[in-house]
Amino acid sequence: MSDLATYNFAYLDEQTKRMIRRAILKAIAIPGYQVPFASREMPMPYGWGTGGVQITASIIGPDDVLKVIDQGADDTTNAVSIRAFFAKVANVAVTTHTHDASIIQTRHRIPEKTLLEGQVLVYQVPIPEPLRFLEPRETETRTMHALEEYGLMHVKLYEDIALNGHIATTYAYPVKVAGRYVMDPSPIPKFDNPKMHLSEALQLFGAGREKRIYAIPPHTAVVSLDFEDHPFEVQTFDRPCALCGAEDVYLDEVILDDKGGRMFVCSDTDHCEERRACGCVGELGVKQEAAE
Amino acid sequence: MPTPLVVSDVKKSFIMHLRGGLVLPVVTDVNFSVASGECAVLSGPSGVGKSSILKMLYGNYAVDNGQILVSHEGRTLDMATASPRTILDIRKKTMGYVSQFLRTVPRVSALDVVAEPLTARGMGQEEARERAGEMLSMLNLPKALWQLPPSTFSGGEQQRVNIARGFITDHRILLVDEPTASLDAMNRGVVEELIAAKKRDGVAIIGIFHDLDVREKVADRLIDVSAFSPRKKAA
Amino acid sequence: MTDTPLFKVNGVSKFYGARTGCADVSFELYPGEVLAIVGESGSGKTTLLNCVSTRLPPSAGSVEYRMRDGQFRDLYRMSEAERRFLMRTDWGFVHQNPADGLRMTVSAGANAGERLMAIGQRHYGNIRSTAAEWLERVEISIDRIDDQPRAFSGGMRQRLQIARNLITGPRLVFMDEPTGGLDVSVQARLLDLIRSLVNDLGLAVIIVTHDLAVARLLSHRMMVMRNGRVIESGLTDRVLDDPREPYTQLLVSSILQV
Repeated sequence: MSDLATYNFAYLDEQTKRMIRRAILKAIAIPGYQVPFASREMPMPYGWGTGGVQITASIIGPDDVLKVIDQGADDTTNAVSIRAFFAKVANVAVTTHTHDASIIQTRHRIPEKTLLEGQVLVYQVPIPEPLRFLEPRETETRTMHALEEYGLMHVKLYEDIALNGHIATTYAYPVKVAGRYVMDPSPIPKFDNPKMHLSEALQLFGAGREKRIYAIPPHTAVVSLDFEDHPFEVQTFDRPCALCGAEDVYLDEVILDDKGGRMFVCSDTDHCEERRACGCVGELGVKQEAAE
Repeated sequence: MPTPLVVSDVKKSFIMHLRGGLVLPVVTDVNFSVASGECAVLSGPSGVGKSSILKMLYGNYAVDNGQILVSHEGRTLDMATASPRTILDIRKKTMGYVSQFLRTVPRVSALDVVAEPLTARGMGQEEARERAGEMLSMLNLPKALWQLPPSTFSGGEQQRVNIARGFITDHRILLVDEPTASLDAMNRGVVEELIAAKKRDGVAIIGIFHDLDVREKVADRLIDVSAFSPRKKAA
Repeated sequence: MTDTPLFKVNGVSKFYGARTGCADVSFELYPGEVLAIVGESGSGKTTLLNCVSTRLPPSAGSVEYRMRDGQFRDLYRMSEAERRFLMRTDWGFVHQNPADGLRMTVSAGANAGERLMAIGQRHYGNIRSTAAEWLERVEISIDRIDDQPRAFSGGMRQRLQIARNLITGPRLVFMDEPTGGLDVSVQARLLDLIRSLVNDLGLAVIIVTHDLAVARLLSHRMMVMRNGRVIESGLTDRVLDDPREPYTQLLVSSILQV
């Protein structure tokens, strides 16, 4: 790619990457702790994943293979743009296959396929502070983290149960990392929370607007908060994926027409495609060979 | 047994700072004691300092000098110099006070107002209320009023609640300030009987009774307060 | 009569540059004792309250508290974690404005139950039933347990704030003008509630008020402050019935008689 010469490798200058890498190392050393960093302006608006992009830009090398997903899908505007961005500024290989990727940048999902040692999952985080909605003062929330005063998190869960009869928080469900810091896992569905626990992959979280980086190193305990009499539970679906027939995966609702027609399909598009390639078919799916 | 209450060389004056530091002498060289089972009555014209003496005895008024010695749980303590905590403890266990007016607490029933000195000393709620009920019936307070807060009662009714509260305890010293002022003849009789019973129990009583009839019946001894008047001394 | 104080304040002063917040204040507080700090606005009573409740480090002096193990600890030599733990377990703080002491956007039940969760209770059913008991105790109807205090009247908010503070069974409660800004009838109800809770639970209380009637009704002892100094102190009815200092006489004579 001839364009590469006009950019520094991976867009950011080397000093910025060093600064961000230091923040990442610190974050890995203190699992779940939010490390402030000097977030840069990126060629995309805040809220489009500037935190994740800066982390990816700081860790990516020429040999890396990058996958980018948005709500589980490889083919949304956001995912396609970020993938194209790194293909352009870092000249790296890109993929949609979970297992082929060395770095996966994600917005709001963890791939269904278990991540392996050596892989890095980079989360885009809108609001890193799990205590924010109950305690607006940053000075106070930082003290609360420092002193491990997390009663407030349970106040939120209490409210859920009091108002809905069960813990109604379904995404950005708070977790405790390595028995110490309470952390917001970014707006992933709580369905994905168990995947963070003792994962072999390194998980990095970047919040560009809020200027925070945090991390879950491989093999780290990640426990979802709950009450003894209202234990943490993941969402369950009463049907398999309409296209590939997969059970025990996270499903998205797709509206088919304006007469109330709908189907539920894998949110992880790569997972769904791979299954269909192997011949799995859901009730609305078509045999892969026949479709071709 | 030591004398429950000994007052010696007590002097009291008010300094009215709002009126240019005007000094109002009240009493001086107050000396008397009250024995167990005795009812001493402070006498003298109004304004001579009878109520002030009672208030000093109870710790409501500070004392310029002198001593007010009280026999409290086997020790002799000086009310004039005791710490607030000691005074509260003396009031709780040794010295009762039946004031002229009831200082009511909003929303507390008459029965509980009367029972409170007992519960404050650790008696169970049930038993204390039962005893309070007995006192109130003795004083002919209609049962319909027992559960109501006394703030809306008539003067005589409030007075009876106050008396019941004052006489319900087994304090060894009792200060009484005009307990019969707004009572009818029948209830005056009840109060006289209550005082007599306290005396039989060996309680030292000191009081103010303007009603000559009642005073005649209860007093063992009159203490003429005008003898302590600073004006007289000055003259 | 317990002979060991719960709380010892020694020579506490707070200076703001050349200005004095409070100067050289010392007192002791015993279990079950209610101490009123009175004085007009600007007399330093709230500064003093903040200094002795770890909310404002004093410029000089020491504040010691007898911990549950019987040992006295200097509050300003504790770690912040210990201090904050003390504040949400063994102590309470009732603010004049309930919005300062409550979370206005979470339900009454969660407000009442927060301290339980803060000390590690993790059973929803137990937390909720304890919260319900306390709401009842402060005369808030159980059917309001899931309502936010935003929907409560001033008096209810204040009662909720009290329940929230008392749920962990504190031994010492600080109150800053707890009845300020309430209607007289609401005030009377609240005072009576505070009075009976204090008696039933044997709480030690330090209450700041400019209302001498409140001090008379609730406190055993009082301190009168002026220009940052305690100018008179003693048994509450002694100070009110026989005020000695010119300023105290002025205060007492300014009470409206009803």
